[in-house]
Amino acid sequence: MIRVVLPAHLRALAHVDGEVQLEVTGPVTQRSVLEALEARYPMLRGTIRDHTTQQRRPWLRFFACQEDLSHEPPDAPLPEAVATGTEPYLVVGAIAGG
Amino acid sequence: MSKVRVLVGTRKGAFILTSDGKRENWDVSGPHFAGWEMYHLKGSPVEPNRLYASQSSGWSGQVMQRSNDGGQTWETVGNKFTYDGVPGTHQWYDGTPHPWEFKRVWHLEPSLTDPDTVYAGVEDAALFISKDGGQNWEELSGLRGHGSGPHWQPGAGGMCLHTIILDPSNPSRMFIAISAAGAFRTDDSGKTWKPINHGLRSQYIPDPTAEVGHCVHHIAMHPSRPGVLFMQKHWDVMRTDNAGDSWQEVSGNLPTDFGFAIDVHAHEPDTIYVVPIKSDSEHFPLEGKLRVYRSRTGGNEWEPLTKGLPQSNCYVNVLRDAMAVDALDKCGVYFGTTGGQVYASADAGDTWAPIVRDLPAVLSVEVQTLS
Repeated sequence: MIRVVLPAHLRALAHVDGEVQLEVTGPVTQRSVLEALEARYPMLRGTIRDHTTQQRRPWLRFFACQEDLSHEPPDAPLPEAVATGTEPYLVVGAIAGG
Repeated sequence: MSKVRVLVGTRKGAFILTSDGKRENWDVSGPHFAGWEMYHLKGSPVEPNRLYASQSSGWSGQVMQRSNDGGQTWETVGNKFTYDGVPGTHQWYDGTPHPWEFKRVWHLEPSLTDPDTVYAGVEDAALFISKDGGQNWEELSGLRGHGSGPHWQPGAGGMCLHTIILDPSNPSRMFIAISAAGAFRTDDSGKTWKPINHGLRSQYIPDPTAEVGHCVHHIAMHPSRPGVLFMQKHWDVMRTDNAGDSWQEVSGNLPTDFGFAIDVHAHEPDTIYVVPIKSDSEHFPLEGKLRVYRSRTGGNEWEPLTKGLPQSNCYVNVLRDAMAVDALDKCGVYFGTTGGQVYASADAGDTWAPIVRDLPAVLSVEVQTLS
């Protein structure tokens, strides 16, 4: 079970409270987690990654286990603690915009 | 008895204001989509409980919403806006080429005949259509492909397609406006487009009478007379009597002809409303007095409407999509301000009262008259 923490605006958009829990088949990577997230919550498509380029939106970053994973390759394995559900995968909005 | 529903988009959510035909007591619903920028909400003229809304944020981009019950509940629909083919470049502020990039939906215009068909005007400027209730969007790329696209340049608010007007007498004809490219018309349902800027004069561009490059702020039409359009340009209020083939200035005795919003009385095609703003560097009313100006002669002769509006220390702006009229008798006129007030007049502008005073900055106001 993968745990994902979304920023408040995206939790509201997806109509969820608290963490999201996802089943991911195959390697646990940022791409596979985000694809599982978007499959469960289609309203999130385009809000975390650009529809066309699949690039992370500039004002969002990805963290786990006290590390910034935003610039890691999308197919790199996530830390074991994320894959086992010990630690959550965090989608974090920049503190900006007033 | 008739009812009125006012759809208000703000910087931090949407609000729905409802009243009976007297328009004295109002219910306020919202914020819907709290914290998100709601650039525009609009209802289908043929199925009024079908609403479309543009929801966006700097963090999470564009989201599109649809309601089938007048805004009580909403469902997320498609938000994939992909330019047709290779997007190419337009001019950046400094005149250098800049790639076309989708940023947000500024304006939604539901079809006059089909509740599942809706047009979206977007930044960077382009026109999209959905024929399935907003699930899928396709660019009407003949507009950007007109040939002048590489010469379009953003206005201060971005390069946005902010006005879409459908001709009720001719399903193939539509008008759009872009800041800062100008106005365009199609007579073949969006396949091909013609710039309709002859007669506009803009001192702030290299060629003041250029075919494109004018900062058109908004255009309004009365449905009974679709060949007559009224335009609030950056500076100048303009009028055309031949569907945009040529324009004449009708600023007349306005104290300043800078502004954003313009609209037409629901029952009097020659009665028009503007909110004069001091200048392009001072986006607030002259002398701190919030005044709507009304012309009953299709322009040139204007009267200030002040009863119920603040006449001192008022420094708000009224944005381009933030004025609308209802279809009751007497015609109701509504506008929202960047200070968060939504003012209503139930007597065609003679007197005004705030419906709400303290919303986030108002981006858009649309009105539905419901039976």
